[in-house]
Amino acid sequence: MSVAQPLVDPSVAPACPEEIVIATAIAAHGLVKVYRSRKSEVRALDGIDLEVEAGTVLGLLGPNGAGKTTTVRILATLLRPDAGTATVAGFDVVHQPQEVRSIIGLSGQYAAVDENLTGRENLWMFGRLYQMSSSAARQRAVELLDQFGLVEAADRVVKTYSGGMRRRLDLAGSLISHPLLLFLDEPTTGLDPQGRLGMWEVIRGLVREGATLLLTTQYLEEADELADTIAVVDHGKIIARGTADELKSQVGGERIEVIVHDQVDLGRARQLLAPTGIGDPHVDEHTRRISIATDRGAQGLVQVVRDLDEASIRINDIGLRRPTLDDVFLSLTGHESESGE
Amino acid sequence: MTSGASRTKPRTGVGGLRQSASDGLIITWRNLKRIPRIPELAIFAVLQSIMFVLLFAFVFGGAIPLPGGGNYREYLMPGIFAQTIVFAAATTAIGMSEDVHKGLIDRFRSLPMARSAILIGRALSDVVYNGGILIVLMLSGLLVGWTVRTGIPPFLEGVGLLLLFAFAMSWIGIWLGLSVPSVEVAQQAVFIVLFPITFVSNVFVPPQTLPSWLQPIAEWNPTSTLTASLRGLWGNPNPYASTGFPSQHPVLVTLLWVVVIVAVFAPLGIRRYRSMSH
Repeated sequence: MSVAQPLVDPSVAPACPEEIVIATAIAAHGLVKVYRSRKSEVRALDGIDLEVEAGTVLGLLGPNGAGKTTTVRILATLLRPDAGTATVAGFDVVHQPQEVRSIIGLSGQYAAVDENLTGRENLWMFGRLYQMSSSAARQRAVELLDQFGLVEAADRVVKTYSGGMRRRLDLAGSLISHPLLLFLDEPTTGLDPQGRLGMWEVIRGLVREGATLLLTTQYLEEADELADTIAVVDHGKIIARGTADELKSQVGGERIEVIVHDQVDLGRARQLLAPTGIGDPHVDEHTRRISIATDRGAQGLVQVVRDLDEASIRINDIGLRRPTLDDVFLSLTGHESESGE
Repeated sequence: MTSGASRTKPRTGVGGLRQSASDGLIITWRNLKRIPRIPELAIFAVLQSIMFVLLFAFVFGGAIPLPGGGNYREYLMPGIFAQTIVFAAATTAIGMSEDVHKGLIDRFRSLPMARSAILIGRALSDVVYNGGILIVLMLSGLLVGWTVRTGIPPFLEGVGLLLLFAFAMSWIGIWLGLSVPSVEVAQQAVFIVLFPITFVSNVFVPPQTLPSWLQPIAEWNPTSTLTASLRGLWGNPNPYASTGFPSQHPVLVTLLWVVVIVAVFAPLGIRRYRSMSH
């Protein structure tokens, strides 16, 4: 099985070929892709550099049209770059596409499975097209159906599947050949909250097994939840990269948030908070929430708790909040991310 | 592997010809699986042809006298077979276009499979599908008075010619299906192309009744030569414009058409498919 050991130095890697892991799974430099139509030119990618180490998860985060899918399509050999180079596990995506295809799995935005075949038939077909023997493909289909909770639906035509089931089948299809590297292009777009949580669980399982993953998403919480490092893409460029924590601290500023029990206490609480924070407190009457930026961290929080207690103001919740990735996106791009759909 | 050229062609497959064949058969299997699962497709394809038989045999047929006499329905049926085969390009184009727009082609292109397999599988499965539809149509033809007056070998030659032509038409369908921006456009485009091809022909009316400038077009129309071949092979009434080369050698001209269509549209389709990565 593909128990890839993360970050193994190739020089000390075990001799068994299954376990040799190339430390750099993806290396892309200066990728440019221009879509030309009669009247206009769209620079979908404007010099993308990427590096993904084996055994890690990179989240490509950006709004619709930022260039995430174009990047994935180039790395998965579906599209040629107009400039720049990219290698996947050391194979060049333009000159060695067939080698690249044999070690990657791709799961796209729409579940690319055949609606008129059953789940089992889909997986068998993909296995055969990965050049497995018929019986090996059948065996692998059984394993994957089990792993993805599709045993009961295995012999039903995919047309009858729910959106979440289709995505799981699509993902299973991309895992047939134990790929060294997995591309997930917006794996949860269009799923209901339950389907999304189910998908996250599945993806976390893959990560635990040591999969190397490149994930694109418009959902900031999704990148936060699943990725080790995040690259923020906008207008075909990477505008920031780092861990979720690093990105959040780039935006700076923690906030103290208080939810008071009684609406009538809002005014007094607001006055008490003001000296501890920076600037004006933000008050949301409807949720009885007050928040204020602070540079005093936990000390500030302790101070606020004391002050509120002395004034006998009852509170429902209080805490120190770090900025969300939504805040990061807003401060980096100057516009809101279009994660809402 | 060729490298160094600025645009290196992707390799056709790891195992070359053998892989093309085995991957092509898997795609054929996959395309055929859908027929019993959407029986409406095949049922409506047959019903459409039967509708044409009924319309022309019983509505227009009385108004269309055959030069030199003969049973109109017996004259009509080979034309209906040919028309059905020509229209099969629509099935191919729509199927291909669906695969593109549902993302399946992308999935296939990300697999280490033979690149030609998608196209080969599509062409093969459509030949099988059309063979099935022909069987049903021939049985209904027998009911309305069509018959083969010659013998088994010429009958089989006619069937072989129909299937060869179906193969050629499916390449037009593949090219169209890969070229149009959506499935709906595929449906529209196909009918705009196919209706004139089947109507400016000898399928429904003897070409002598057409205006003189249209007659050569109808005479060289592959639907006409295919229909004339069938009528000739099976001994059905065939009052064709007599002296032209196509009417003297309809089988030869039909085979030439098959070669020309495949020679033009197979490379076009393959180029389309390859250029999807640009």
